[in-house]
Amino acid sequence: MSGKEYRTITDVKGPLVFLEKTEPVAFGEIVQLRLSDGSMKNGQVLDTSDDRVIVQVFEGTASVDKQTGVKFLGDVFRLPVSKGLIGRILDGAGKPRDGGPEIVAEEMADIIGAAINPYSRESPEQFIQTGISAIDACTTLVRGQKLPIFSASGLPHNDIALQIARQAKLVDSDDDFVVVFCAMGITAEEYNFFVHDLERTGALENAALFVNLADDPAVERLITPRLALTAAEYLAFEHDYHVLVIYTDMTNYCESLRQIGAAREEVPGRRGYPGYMYTDLAMLYERAGIVKGKKGSITQFPILTMPGDDITHPIPDLSGYITEGQIVISRELHQKGIYPPINVLPSLSRLMNAGIGEGKTREDHKSVSDQLYAAYAQGRELRGLVAIVGEDALNERDLQLLKFSDIFENQFLRQSRDEDRSITEGTLDLAWSLLTNIDTKYLVRLDQKWIDKYHPTERKS
Amino acid sequence: MSEESGLIYRISGPVVTAVGISPRMYEVVRVGDEGLMGEVIELHGDQSVIQVYEETSGIKPGEPVVRTGQTLSVKLGPGLLTQIYDGIQRPLEDLEATMGVFITRGVDADGLDLLKKWEFNATVSVGDEVSGGSVIGIVQETETVEHRVMVPPGNSGKIASIESGEFNITTTVCTLDDGTEIAMMQEWPVRTPRPFVQKYAPDVPLVTGQRILDFLFPLAKGGTAGIPGPFGSGKTVTQQQLAKWSDAQIVVYIGCGERGNEMTEVLSEFPHLIDPNTGKPLMNRTTMIANTSNMPVAAREASVYTGITIAEYFRDMGYDVALMADSTSRWAEAMREISSRLEEMPGEEGYPAYLSSRLAEFYERAGRVQTLAGDDGSVSVIGAVSPPGGDISEPVSQGTLRIVKVFWGLDAGLARQRHFPAINWLSSYSLYPQALDQWYRDNIASDYPEVRTKISSLLQVEAELQEIVQLVGSDALPIDQQLTLEVARMIREFFLQQNAFHDVDTFSSLNLQYTMAKAILTFQEESEKAIAGGAGLEDVVNVPARTDLMRGRFEQGYSERIGELLGEMSKQIAGTMEEN
Ligand SMILES: Nc1ncnc2c1ncn2[C@@H]1O[C@H](COP(=O)(O)OP(=O)(O)OP(=O)(O)O)[C@@H](O)[C@H]1O
Ligand SMILES: [Mg+2]
Repeated sequence: MSGKEYRTITDVKGPLVFLEKTEPVAFGEIVQLRLSDGSMKNGQVLDTSDDRVIVQVFEGTASVDKQTGVKFLGDVFRLPVSKGLIGRILDGAGKPRDGGPEIVAEEMADIIGAAINPYSRESPEQFIQTGISAIDACTTLVRGQKLPIFSASGLPHNDIALQIARQAKLVDSDDDFVVVFCAMGITAEEYNFFVHDLERTGALENAALFVNLADDPAVERLITPRLALTAAEYLAFEHDYHVLVIYTDMTNYCESLRQIGAAREEVPGRRGYPGYMYTDLAMLYERAGIVKGKKGSITQFPILTMPGDDITHPIPDLSGYITEGQIVISRELHQKGIYPPINVLPSLSRLMNAGIGEGKTREDHKSVSDQLYAAYAQGRELRGLVAIVGEDALNERDLQLLKFSDIFENQFLRQSRDEDRSITEGTLDLAWSLLTNIDTKYLVRLDQKWIDKYHPTERKS
Repeated sequence: MSEESGLIYRISGPVVTAVGISPRMYEVVRVGDEGLMGEVIELHGDQSVIQVYEETSGIKPGEPVVRTGQTLSVKLGPGLLTQIYDGIQRPLEDLEATMGVFITRGVDADGLDLLKKWEFNATVSVGDEVSGGSVIGIVQETETVEHRVMVPPGNSGKIASIESGEFNITTTVCTLDDGTEIAMMQEWPVRTPRPFVQKYAPDVPLVTGQRILDFLFPLAKGGTAGIPGPFGSGKTVTQQQLAKWSDAQIVVYIGCGERGNEMTEVLSEFPHLIDPNTGKPLMNRTTMIANTSNMPVAAREASVYTGITIAEYFRDMGYDVALMADSTSRWAEAMREISSRLEEMPGEEGYPAYLSSRLAEFYERAGRVQTLAGDDGSVSVIGAVSPPGGDISEPVSQGTLRIVKVFWGLDAGLARQRHFPAINWLSSYSLYPQALDQWYRDNIASDYPEVRTKISSLLQVEAELQEIVQLVGSDALPIDQQLTLEVARMIREFFLQQNAFHDVDTFSSLNLQYTMAKAILTFQEESEKAIAGGAGLEDVVNVPARTDLMRGRFEQGYSERIGELLGEMSKQIAGTMEEN
């Protein structure tokens, strides 16, 4: 449907265009702007009334003037979806970026997405092996979970995300993941890094990419993740794929949200971010999960960089309130040269309990994980004490724990970028062998029955 | 255009402005060609401002708005229990049946099944004098809960006719002499508290089976509690523990703007969990409201009212009801979002100026009351609060703390140490112990309050000693203070820590809690004696029977065994003197 073109722009402010119009325009309707030089921009209605319409322009309002023609397209934003999305690279507005043909739509899907009925969800409980010990042992990921990476600038979160994308699999199943990758405002260099890696490993053929780079329009970032998630939902719930959605960087997304809020002169919430940012983020993150009667699933790995390494900043804070845990990347570990520099102490997987144990990973997993956590936490605390009082002041137990914290970082956390450890031999057995550095009498979190069965030097068999 | 219907003038997110219509405040209207449900929240000259409970994209100015004459109400009657609703009482199961797994819009669903037949047993007879709140008959709603059908408030007279038998909930089962017809179902506007005769001061504890809550910071039946805490500190786990194990007869659980998977978890878990008080599945006494973070914010705003109205209705039957709202911060944010669309003058951090009065009105609907029928009923309200950055100086936390009588403060540091429940024992408080102490003396032990005082002062002393330890190390302390530290450690690790996911540890009866607390004090006394008699601190701390006593709490039958384990510990501690 192509309606008539209006030339009734009254104000232009930041990414917003205000116009007076004649006929009724729908809330959320898609808008096309034709500039005096003939070039086109796209937008969406944010507010509509008989007298005035506010349009958010995705490509920004540079060169828009009062002569710009505005056409309302009579529909909300839709993405053409089909299985043909797999293997394609699209831009941040959903147009081919790889030189390939337009996507032949099997369906035109509304990108806002509807909420999954909580009654129709199924609890995620299938263990995903990432092959990274820190994650598999301590912050176990399950299929259908949303587990963000809380990182900061200059840290290797992209390597970790890629390693997960390459290695993620279900044990005892040959179901594969398709990756939907969504870039929001990342640099061309970061983007190339992703694409080259996906190409190198052949994963690109099994991926759909939605790309908005740092020099692409900022407002467009507000739709890019919605396109990616719409594609993910289609692949998961119409074609039974298990989809792993990686999106980076949520911080850029939130900055765009703030920009729109400011242009609308909304009353800001904390630190200038809109009061509705929680709800807005939830509309993305909650699009993860498993639903009854569908074979596929959506697992989300949002990446965000914490401004000033501050976990209480609204972006990580509101994310943490919505997601099912977080993986925290540590600058300190990175500076020590440890890859992956995952600090397991503030990291958490809330769905871990459902995904581990007998028949899923191994019966001793919970015990081992609790013990690693406790020993490492105490060891790290002792480091602080030793700095003041010296090692001489420590008793035998504390000395062992102190030593263990280094062993844990250097042998358990540390692994190479292409090292894919299995949960049993690779990760849990490794944990046991490292725990031999501590006397069993100090290993109070380990059930005796697991010591009897798995402890390399104490086991009874 | 008649007064009954008008036109949309403006749409801004969930807020729609209509002209040509003069509805009442809080009247429900139908918005747009699809007839989406909305509620009038402001009248402004010739404009009516409406919050719409469904997604508004695609709606245009000029589409119709139609009055219904009703205010936002819930349907009350048999069938509420075991249900899961959205914020405006649409059963999620029915929505799935009509829309599939994604919630689209424009679908109505009755809060109660209007066709289902229930066995109604009259409990009054023709000629009996009844009035609002009088019970006229009962329905066995679930295996464990008897639904008491009441005369709707505002009616009274003599029973002219009444009939037992199988009926659906809209069929008249009783008439009064003034012609009033009464069915099993009634409706009530959610924003109006249901009436009662008077409020009593709460004097009976709501027993939750959670040691730190019951023993140190108890909540009374009919009381109010707030649980603030940063993300991942344990608000939801605590609320779910209360929903599972508290000794209320009815539980209303509101998932307000939180995760979908958490509601799924409750749905899949509760039918299999056995209520320790009835021996039957917990689901039998539970109603859930799930308006998750990605569902429409206006319905999120309404969800707490829907929940508390259902809670009051069961209270009016004479039941003790416990209501959990997770999270009230998301409710407050919904108010903020709508308020900002209304372009109201913002208060602190963009919240509307009426935030604190709305919070107060909500918690005020809790209480232990004399019902219209003359019985005793209660609604206890437990609200989670999610302060940004974990900092409770913000408006929602502060507004809540001004009203609630119990503060369970979750602490990020404790959660990071995996000390669960991560409730900070130094900053938390309850204002109820005084009112409850007589009950504890009569029902648990005559020295219960004194034992509690000893335990909490040990924790206070520990905090003071820790400051010294930080400076000089614990070895520098005199031995009696070192013992105090050990006793306090035992309180923390053995008593305060409680694993919600452990089959046995998840619940402790009040008797067991008291016995465990006494056991700690016994350890203290016996150790003092032994040390005075020449034993070393390490000796008494390391007696094997103490480890057995502490580990025993993870085993079935601990209540029966603890006495014996304690005796053994005392014997071994006394033994440490002889060795020296
Ligand atoms: N009593 C408990 N016993 C054992 N583990 C607990 C307990 N309380 C909390 N936890 C652990 O802490 C995690 C986070 O708890 P929870 O989901 O209740 O946090 P929350 O405060 O509700 O966070 P959010 O605000 O993000 O919803 C749980 O997944 C669980 O691992
Ligand atoms: Mg929670």
